[in-house]
Amino acid sequence: MEDNKFLLEDKESIDLQYIVIGIGNEQYGINIKYIDNIVRMQKITRVPMAQEYFKGVINLRGEIIPVMSIRRKLELDDDVITNKTRIIIAKVDNASIGFVVDEVKEVVTLDANSIERVATAEAASEITHCITSIGKKNGELISLLDLNLVAGEKEVS
Amino acid sequence: MDVSQYLEIFIDESKEHLQSLNEELLVLEKEPENKDTINEIFRAAHSLKGMAGTMGYKRMQNLTHNMENVFSEIRNDKMKVTANLVDILFQCLDALETYVTNIQTEGAEGEEDNERIIEQLNEFLNSQSGAQAATEKPVEEAKETKEEANTEEAVKVEMKFADFEKHAIAEAVAKGMKVYTVKVIVDPNCILKAARAFLVFKAIEPIGEIIKSTPSAQDIEDERFDFDFDLCIISNESYDKVKKAILSVSEIKDAVGGEFKEAEVVKEETVEANTTSVEVKKETKETSVSTEPAKKGNATQKQGKPVVNRSVRVDIEKLDVLMNLVSELIIAKNGLVSAGSADNTSKNSQSFNEQIEYLERVTTNLHESVMKVRMTPIESVVNKFPRMIRDLSKKLGKQMELYMTGEDTELDRTVIDEIGDPLMHLLRNSADHGLETAQIRAERGKPEVGSIFLDAYQDGNNVVIEVRDDGNGIDVQKVKNKAIEKGTITAEQAEAMTDKEIVDLLFKPSFSTAEKISDVSGRGVGLDVVKSKIEALGGDVEVKTVYGEGSTFIIRLPLTLAIIQALMIELGDEKYAISLGSIQTIEDIPKSEVKYVHAKEVIHLRDNVIPLIRLRDVLYVTGEAPEEETLTVVIVKKGDKQAGLVVDKLIGQMEIVIKSLGKYIKLNKIISGATILGDGEVALIIDANTLV
Repeated sequence: MEDNKFLLEDKESIDLQYIVIGIGNEQYGINIKYIDNIVRMQKITRVPMAQEYFKGVINLRGEIIPVMSIRRKLELDDDVITNKTRIIIAKVDNASIGFVVDEVKEVVTLDANSIERVATAEAASEITHCITSIGKKNGELISLLDLNLVAGEKEVS
Repeated sequence: MDVSQYLEIFIDESKEHLQSLNEELLVLEKEPENKDTINEIFRAAHSLKGMAGTMGYKRMQNLTHNMENVFSEIRNDKMKVTANLVDILFQCLDALETYVTNIQTEGAEGEEDNERIIEQLNEFLNSQSGAQAATEKPVEEAKETKEEANTEEAVKVEMKFADFEKHAIAEAVAKGMKVYTVKVIVDPNCILKAARAFLVFKAIEPIGEIIKSTPSAQDIEDERFDFDFDLCIISNESYDKVKKAILSVSEIKDAVGGEFKEAEVVKEETVEANTTSVEVKKETKETSVSTEPAKKGNATQKQGKPVVNRSVRVDIEKLDVLMNLVSELIIAKNGLVSAGSADNTSKNSQSFNEQIEYLERVTTNLHESVMKVRMTPIESVVNKFPRMIRDLSKKLGKQMELYMTGEDTELDRTVIDEIGDPLMHLLRNSADHGLETAQIRAERGKPEVGSIFLDAYQDGNNVVIEVRDDGNGIDVQKVKNKAIEKGTITAEQAEAMTDKEIVDLLFKPSFSTAEKISDVSGRGVGLDVVKSKIEALGGDVEVKTVYGEGSTFIIRLPLTLAIIQALMIELGDEKYAISLGSIQTIEDIPKSEVKYVHAKEVIHLRDNVIPLIRLRDVLYVTGEAPEEETLTVVIVKKGDKQAGLVVDKLIGQMEIVIKSLGKYIKLNKIISGATILGDGEVALIIDANTLV
């Protein structure tokens, strides 16, 4: 299983471990504590009249899990399914939810100093709304996604 | 003592006792002289006190103790039941309920001493026993004579015997053994009555055999007797010896009885195979004319004791787990079915199919059994309503009566837990808005006492609960005006609406027509909450009303929640399930027969005009519908309305497990859930009710 190799890591530093995913040319990080599983792309059943960024639902070992497209949610171009496309299954707020991402790259451990919080401006776009901080690793920048915000509805003011 | 492990049992049982107290008090209010009821109340209050004491809830114990005192006076005919007293007793019950709720939520009974209630109770005790002092005497005297009679050895102890017991008696007599019936009287000050009784049993054991006791041995063991119990003993020893053995147990006040003269009669009866049980009863009654009538009352009451159900309390979560496992099994079975139909070529296919069919039968039966386990009679919810109506009646100053039928109708446990509030809302509505004041009722020529009916019954795959009243009914014009005033609809819209549509406005959020907001209802959070709650349970609610004659709210709930029989259909390359419960027929309709009314497609089928709904359009299915000469139409119904759903293709009937789609996806009401098909694919479930 792809996900098992992550489990051996030290528990203490778990808060600062991030899975780095690729979407387009950018790198995003998702805190590992949310991650339940990473599965290959599979058939997604469309759900009519759901929010536009939900691709539908999948069956994961008898559980029905809604799957969201991070690209659509972040208002980027639509997904192009490739061999590297993965669905990240996360548990947010005690409910499972899947995210379609272009690829899953690696797991990084960021120390607290290398994470910088970014202020979210009022009336920011969806993409800045969901990113609360930026991590730095080996000179590269990783936008850290707050899954609670990604999964939740953006408050309409 | 650590009693935490008993807490759950304590809470459950307290609630049961409180419920029965409520019910019995209602009976008592109507028939203040009903001895059985008084005894029943006394017993429940006593158990409640004992339980509260054991658990260390002093305040609760204190309150029940005071209550018990009152009941004990009533039981001894020293006090009369008055309307006032019943009111206070109801207050008592409410206070006790608060204790129990506190215990359940916070683990402690709370700080409220309810001194006022206790004071009132005691006042009653004092005033009443004073007033009754005069009447008390003869009672006391009568008691004395009764006691005298008791001391006479000639007293016959009335007992009823089952066939096998009669047989045993007959056998004993045949063997030359003596049969005695003894009434053992325990000292009223005795604390551990059950233990004493046990010692009596022990004392008799070496010299004879107890073939019957009233109450039953189990009841005696559980201390479910007052201060005496009857025994039937066969022994070779003389009666005196048996009596001595019984009296050797301390705190036994007396034992009266003697040789069981009817033994011969019983013997004859057993020989006579044709004797019906009715006759037997007559016989025993005749032979025991000498027994005082008071005792007879006692005996019949003991007989009237309900048979205890053989049941186990199971945590609902454990049942959920079981249910989930059954669901998995059904999914696995569906997988096998689809795998089996995929390769029909193999040699073993026939035996394979047989096994699959066998598996199918087993899983279906298993599912049914598990569902049955989860079914609870609706009684547990509705039995608190008579009390509520009584209180409402007092509060609103309207006379009303609640009639309930079908309390034994069963529903899934999860539904039962949720249905209480909506029903309460509806009943309150009927009581407050529905029923008119006595004056208006008289003008309209209706009986003074208003009637509210609560009827539950099963209808196919649904359970229907109707709340009906013979009150005012809904004033459509008033609703219309109110709706326009509130801006819910415009005047033009109102004109175009049918009465039924207007009435349905009542279910819209924050819509209350009560002119004055009362304590009981009319805060505008009534009917829409009812509707949303019932819809959340997969049911629906409708209202029928005739102005001036009354209104009926009809709640329709699905019998099962988790697993249903469904028709699988195809739209393009998507698969959907429609619950079989709402499907009436499936028709092939030639395209030429589709007519247009108001620019909408309808079909004319067996004298009914049925609107057509293109599922492809409703669900935004991409691609074009296949060009064919006929349409496949699934006719669904809701209540008396019908609709025809146009689908591309039928797949077939299947048992499906309903799964939720989680909280993140915003669902349109049309999709009620999803299910996993045999090949692992997910299919969505269409709730046809929302389309009709």
